[in-house]
Formats: sequence, structure tokens, C-alpha cells
Amino acid sequence: MTTKWNVYESFQALLQAGPYHLALEGVLILCIIWLFTAKKKPSRLIRLTKKEEEDLIAEWIPEPLVPNPPEADHPSLNTRTVYGKVGRYIDLGTGEKVLNLGTHSYLNLGERPEVEEAALQCLHKYGVGSCGPRGFYGTTQVHLELEDRLAAYFNCEMGVLYSYGFSTIASAIPAYSKSGDIIYADEMVNFPIQKGLHASRSRIVFFRHNDVEHLEELLKEQVILDKKDPKKANATRKFMVVESIYMNTGKMCPLPELVKLRQKYKLRLFIDESITFGTLGENCRGITDYFNIPMKEVDMIMATLETTAASTGGFCVGTKFVIDHQRLSGLGYCFSASLPPMLAASVIKVIDILETEGPALMQELHDKCRQLHVALSTLPDKVELSGDDISPVKHLRLKESTGVREEDEAILRKIVEKAEKYGIALTVAAYLRDQEALPPPPSIRVTANKDLTKEEISKAFKALQQAIDDVIE
Amino acid sequence: MVAHTELPAQVPNEKILNQDQIARCSDAKSFGHARPDIEDAVYVQNGAAIPIQNGGKVIPVADGKPERKARHHKEEECSLFVAFFTFVSYGVLLLVGYIKEFFNPPSTKEKNREGYVPLYIGFESFYTRNVYRRIQDCWNRAICSVPGAYIDLLERYSPDYGWTMKLTGKVIKCINVGSYNYLGFAENVGQCHDDSEKALKQHGISSCSPRLELGTGTLHRQLETLVSEFLGVEDAITFGMGYATNVLNLPSLLGPGCLVLSDEFNHASLILGLRLSGATVKVFRHNDSEDLERKLREAIILGHPRTRRPWKKAMIVVEGIYSMEGTICDLPNFIRIKKKYKTYLYVDEAHSIGALGPNGGGVVDYYGVDPKEVDIQMGTFTKSFGAAGGYIAGSKELINHLRVHSHAQTYGVSMSPPVAQQIITAMSTIMGRNGNDEGRRRILQLSRNVKYFRQRLRQKGFIVYGHDDSPVVPMILYLIPKISMFVRELTKRGVAGVGVGFPATRITGGRMRFCLSAAHTKEMLDKILEEVDEVGHLCSAHYSSIPKSKEPIEW
Repeated sequence: MTTKWNVYESFQALLQAGPYHLALEGVLILCIIWLFTAKKKPSRLIRLTKKEEEDLIAEWIPEPLVPNPPEADHPSLNTRTVYGKVGRYIDLGTGEKVLNLGTHSYLNLGERPEVEEAALQCLHKYGVGSCGPRGFYGTTQVHLELEDRLAAYFNCEMGVLYSYGFSTIASAIPAYSKSGDIIYADEMVNFPIQKGLHASRSRIVFFRHNDVEHLEELLKEQVILDKKDPKKANATRKFMVVESIYMNTGKMCPLPELVKLRQKYKLRLFIDESITFGTLGENCRGITDYFNIPMKEVDMIMATLETTAASTGGFCVGTKFVIDHQRLSGLGYCFSASLPPMLAASVIKVIDILETEGPALMQELHDKCRQLHVALSTLPDKVELSGDDISPVKHLRLKESTGVREEDEAILRKIVEKAEKYGIALTVAAYLRDQEALPPPPSIRVTANKDLTKEEISKAFKALQQAIDDVIE
Repeated sequence: MVAHTELPAQVPNEKILNQDQIARCSDAKSFGHARPDIEDAVYVQNGAAIPIQNGGKVIPVADGKPERKARHHKEEECSLFVAFFTFVSYGVLLLVGYIKEFFNPPSTKEKNREGYVPLYIGFESFYTRNVYRRIQDCWNRAICSVPGAYIDLLERYSPDYGWTMKLTGKVIKCINVGSYNYLGFAENVGQCHDDSEKALKQHGISSCSPRLELGTGTLHRQLETLVSEFLGVEDAITFGMGYATNVLNLPSLLGPGCLVLSDEFNHASLILGLRLSGATVKVFRHNDSEDLERKLREAIILGHPRTRRPWKKAMIVVEGIYSMEGTICDLPNFIRIKKKYKTYLYVDEAHSIGALGPNGGGVVDYYGVDPKEVDIQMGTFTKSFGAAGGYIAGSKELINHLRVHSHAQTYGVSMSPPVAQQIITAMSTIMGRNGNDEGRRRILQLSRNVKYFRQRLRQKGFIVYGHDDSPVVPMILYLIPKISMFVRELTKRGVAGVGVGFPATRITGGRMRFCLSAAHTKEMLDKILEEVDEVGHLCSAHYSSIPKSKEPIEW
């Protein structure tokens, strides 16, 4: 009823309206029509017939999945096999066991029976896998305990545990730094950090290796830019990512100077302590301990558990405000199954040991590192040594490079092979040179451990000397 | 939800078919139903599986007996009424949050960082503070036992409305339908455990070295040979972490100028790996091979959108079973498309390996296709094998390429020996090499459990997503308060399940997820069903509106 009346009413109104009104309405309707049709401009897209489409598809020849398959004799396809435990001496299937100067267990804690026993006890209780991510029943009491212990060990509020060392570092950085932010990083940072920087989509500014002045120059440049656009600067977070001892060079970072710059330029400082966890400082708490820098000066410490802790996984420690964020935003934390409990249990035991005998063990390690350093620096001057004397990681590089990476690596590999015959196991540092931001020069990475004796060091020296003389005329 | 194939025309206007109808339809027409353009493979006719022809070679479908494969049917859609209230429910939560923060701004200020640009900005932290915080207790629960058929939860309480959680010291024993323990290998007794113990004593805990340096042990070599035999491929490579397997290997396979077609519900690790690779990624609708074909066709014809050059190569990236949806990927159609358009196929079998197929060989085994048809098979050892780590399997050339170029091989530590041993023992058990039929028993138990549980749950009137053979069983609840209520109530009644809501799902996709296991018995499933039904009545979660047959369902 009512609708009919309304239609009738409006029709009446239309009839009564003056011609100027009708004209206006007409123009409006035309406008509407024009608005709708204007979008339907013939697009520039060329329409192809079905046949042309099929031809194009048939024509397309994609690259093979693997464009340049590696040769069968590629060194990466012929890696050495270790029989049994990777300990102080390892069995490479050549008959006699050789002295291990290639793996990263600096304090040899993985060989301690109590660590193994802790892992076994946990295996008896929890089995091997955790069968779920941390969010979905993959958190065991062991994980919680280890996180608490790590936080307490570093005098921090909170720790977070990851199940793989590489993913720890590569997930922690992009959890905070997003696109639009700036990260200052040393040009020699290790590959996991580089991947973290890449994943963050932030602007990456590399400063020269351990060059604080260069860093300050870059920061000053940024200050000038910031003054021009204060609005943008107020939304740009700035980070600094360094390693305590660089895996790629064996050198320690100048932390006190970096902390000063952090304060001055309002950066957030992330340190990768993979090598120094348990091997540096009065209470072997790492580089902050070594330089007596309070934890509040550093925003986050990240480290893998694949060095001194002799297990698998990694962790980050810091304030609750910073670290808790990773439980929802650390991709490697949220979307991965948790660390097998027994691997976490062995780390708890390692922390027990570090807390009770840490300083003594560390002192022993430093002595050995220095002795090894002295020995290696007296090697024939066909090679040069890189790395600090107390660093457990040292690099031997060719003094005269052939200019071609592959050839340098081949020479080094020959030296390693020879040295193995003389009784020591070494490794040529493995790099993906086409993926690295700044590929470090080829090197033999020598690692020290605390149980090296004087005889072993001189044996290593003699073996290397002999091997170098054999290979390089 | 996105349907994989449209329903046959004879059932117009029907959103969903009931159990019997689904059965009939899928029998008559089957998946990949009478597609005119299927070229070289007709997979199922009249309900009986026939051999798949592959370039003249005939591969018999798993032990030849007629088998009903995945039923692709439309998921029951969310009614407007429910969708409205779901949005209202989020709206109320956010509104309360805004009011609260207006009067009482968040006090979580950073110490010692005055004058800094705030570390967190935006909606994400607001959502965490006001929505996630209230239901935080449903996640990250700590356990103190093997994640087997039963699980010991550590009871927690919150003294401050969810900001912090504290343990009370009490332990709650629950039936575990939250862990990915599909074949029940998460055990602290038995052969797996004994072998791992031996491996730990013999090989130590960790090599502390990457595979390319001094991290390759005898167990790693043994494991890789076994994986390649298990999957029927030329070679395999293994890594210490499943997530890292995707993230650290996709960049060595793809690069700028490559095209990737990725399923919209792919796992975060695949998405990150693809992003790091620099390839152009196009997303197609979940498990929808038609949408995939349309997008792939267009992309190949038009070439790279910026340079207009042809793509270097194209790859389709899918998962075997989707962990949140419970869907089984439509592999035969993906293989058909892959061949037609000369692309490569990457299947992430993280959830399907072990849990699907008559031999536990994942989705490839389930459809009985030739493993060589899938260029790259990836999977993890975390789920069905009760261990940790991941693998990539394929041609010798591919694996050699990865051995040289994979990031994880060069920079990541090698797999821990006892973990590797657990996988070796579990895998040999599945393959029947340990001199018993334990593996077969587990596979059978799981598949019967899955069929029984899914059908019973549907019969009770819940909306259950995914395929009938998928051990991941998502049950739709829509509203976030219902998710938390379900998780809490079920825990009280001795069932530990997982609730998932926004942002892990879409806003109207809140759900409970049950992961079934071969360790569950029929009695446990009955108990779970009973409790779920009861809680469902408490919060009226029986959303399904299709008629149900009353016929009892046999285990």
C-alpha cells in the first residue's frame, strides 16, 4: 500500500516539477552514466587468442631445476666422515685418531660424563622429540628451566630458547627491525646475522671491520639526514649488530667504544656471543663481563648452543620487555618444533659446570689460546695468522693469494689434507661465497680447546709447518 | 572456505552434502572428476582406483585394491549471523581495550632507553595486550612428560589477569590431542629410546661443526640413505631443524627472475624462504588447482611483470597436509599442471610424511604417484618420527646441488646423533625392517582412528574441516571466547587440545584442532568425543546445519 502511494506521489511530483528541474536531473543521470562507462576504456592489454597463448606456453623453455650441477669431485660432495664421537681426538677412518682442531667445543664440555648423563636422564623421561612447537604443548619443564637458568646466568630478566643456532640469530633480528628501520652492522658479521639482516627488510649499513671511527662517520651522516626529515627520523628505529668475537676473523669487537656510540646516537645494541658464551670474562659470562659493562647497556645478547654448550639450538637474553616479544614474533621460535628436551637438559648441566668451575676452565682455555697463538704466529711466512690471542677461533690465511678464490681454497685444502696425515684434523672455513655480503678471504679455521697440552700444540705446529712446506714451495 | 572442485550439478543450492551424499558423489565422480583436460592420467573411475599411467609406464596404485581417496567437498560456510557475532565479539574486545588504555595507558615503558624511538608500535602490541593476554593460558602450556597418548600438564595460574603465568606445582593428566605425534613414536620406552641411548653413548650429543666441516658422522650418512630408500628417490639430504630446511634451502633453489606459485595457507617457513630467495611469488587459493592453473598460465604468457622477459623457471610450492586446515593437497592435479606448464613441484610433507599413505610415505604414497613426479620432496622428522630436523629428497643432481649450496650445510650445525638414530629406528620400523609389523600396525591404527573420529565428530553436529583421511582435525568454533572456553573446559575434563584463532586463521575461522595419533585407542577417542560433545553443548558449538544419519559408526 504505502510503497504504491509513494511511487504515485513521486510520479506526481515529477510531473509538477519545472523543466529546469528535469534538465538538471537529466544532466546528473548523464554524469552517472559517464562515470560508469569512463572506466571501461579499452585497455591497452593485447588480447591473445587461445592458440597464441598455447604457442607461447609451448615456446617457453625453463631453466633446469639445477642449472649447473656440481662435479662429482666437488669438495663439498666429498666431506670427511667422523666415526664415533667428535671429541678431542676424532676418528676420520684413516686408522689412527687425529687431534681435533676444527670443531667448536672450546671447553670440551660435551665429553664430560655428567653432561651426557643429564641428557640420558632426560631421554628416559621425555623421549627424543617434543612433537610440537612451543605454543602447542612443545614446552617442557626442561625448556622453562633452561630459559630461567640462562637469564640468571647473564643477569638478565628473561631468556628465550630456539631449536637451531642459525635460526636463533636469523629470527631474533627481524623480530624487532622492520622495513624503514636502519641496522648498522660490521662488514664481517657471520652468515646467520646477514640472513637476519636480509629478512628484516631494513636498510643495512655496513661499517668497516671493527672500525669505530667509520661507524661514527656513518652515524653522523645519518644525523644530518635526520635533521632534514625529523618526522621520518622519529619513526626510524636504529640498531647495531656486532659479534663479540667474529667467527670470520677471530677478532674481538671494541665493545666499550660501541656502547658509547650506542648511548650517543640512541642505537639498540644486539651482540652475537656464540663464541664467547662461557669463554670470556671474570665469570665467563661473555664480552660484557670481560669489559665490565652492565647488562642494561646492551639490548639483547644472542648465542648458539653449538659451541661451548656442545648441544644444538640457541638463545637470546635481555629484559623482559625486549625478549618476551620474540615469543610471538620470533618466526623460528613460533613456527618450529621446540628443542628436543634432552639437548636442553645437557645445556643445563653445562651451565651448572660453568657456574662452579667456569673461571678456572676459562683461564685454562685462555692459556692454551695464547700458546697456540704464539705457536701459529711462528709458522712459515707463507701464511699469516688472524685473530686475537685469547680468541679460541683463529684463521690461517695465505700471505700471497693466487687471486682466485677457488685456487686459494684448493691450496688450503691440500694443507689440511697433509696436516691430517701428520695427525691433526683442521677445516677450511666453509663459505658460500656467492651468498656472503663480503666473502671473507679463504682460510683454515683453527679452534683451540682447553685440554690442549704443550706437546699437542707443538705437534700441531710441526704438522702445520710440514704441511705448508709440502704444499707451497 | 575454498572448494577444490565444484560439486556435481545435480545438487544445486546445497552448501554441503551430508556424509552419505559425499560418499556417493565421490564414488560416482571422484576427485579430479571427469575433467576434460586430464591428459595422461585418469585416476579413479566408478569408485575403483585404476593404475596411473605415467609415460607408458604403469604404476599400480598401492596394493591394487580399490581405495577411496580424499573427498574434496565444499567446507560448510560461516552463516552471516555467526560471522556478524564473531566480528562483534572482536569489536567488543578491542573497544574495551581502547577504553581501558585511554584511561589507563599501558605502563610497559622501557627502562634506560629514554628518548628512543619505541621498539614496538602499532596495532600488533595492542592486540597482544588486550586480546591475546586474556586467553594466554590456552597456549604455551608446559608439560612434564613424553608427549604421547597421555600428557602431564603443569597447572598454571595468573595472579594478574593474564599478564604473567605462574606454575602451581600441580600436574594434570590429559589425553593428548595437541602434539603432532601421528605414529606414536614419542616414547620413552621401546626400541627407539634404546637405540637413541646407545647412539648418544657412542656418538656424543653434538658435533659442534657444520656438515661441510667436521660435522658429518656415520649416522648422518646412514640416515640419508634410509630416507632416500623410504621415499623411493635417488638421494636425500637432512638438516638439524625442520623450519630451517625450508628457510635455508629455498634460496639456493630459486632466485630473482623465478616464478613461484604458492598456496595461500603455506607455512611461515615456506613464505620466509621464498621471500629470502628473491623470486616473484604469486599466491593461489587454497588447494585450488583451477585458480593455480589460471594464474600460472597468465604469468607464463605475460612473463616477468617488470622486465617482460620469460621466467627463468617456475615452481609450485604446496604442502602435503595443511596443519591448520586439515586438507590433503590435490597432488594429482598439481602434477598434471606441473607437466603441462613445465614447472617444478615442491611438496612440503611436514605433516603428511608417515601419517598418510598405506606405507606411511606421505601424500605421494597416498595417491600412489611416482615419487619422481614430485621434483622436490621436503619433510620434517618432528612429527611422525618423534624426533627433530628435516629432509629434502629428489634427484641426485638436486641433492648434490644442495650439498654444495645449502645454507644449513655450510653454516648450521649437523643433526645431533641420538636424534638421527631415533629417526633411523622409527623409519626402519615403518618400513618393516625391524622384523615385525609394528610399523604397519601403527599406520593402520592411525588411519582407522582418523576415519572414526572425524565421522563421529561430524555426526555430533560439529563443523569439521579437511579431508576424511587427514589426521589433523580442525573443528570450527568461530568466536574467540568459545575457543578459550573449549580449551579450558577440555583440560578440566582431561583432554589437551589446541585452540587457534586470529591471526593464525582468518577472523571467522577460530577453531579447535585435534591431532590424532596411532597411540590413541578407541576408548580414548570415545572419551574425547564425549567431552567435546558436552562442552559443545555448554557453549552451543554444534554449528553444522546439515542433516546427520543416526547410524552408528564403527571404528
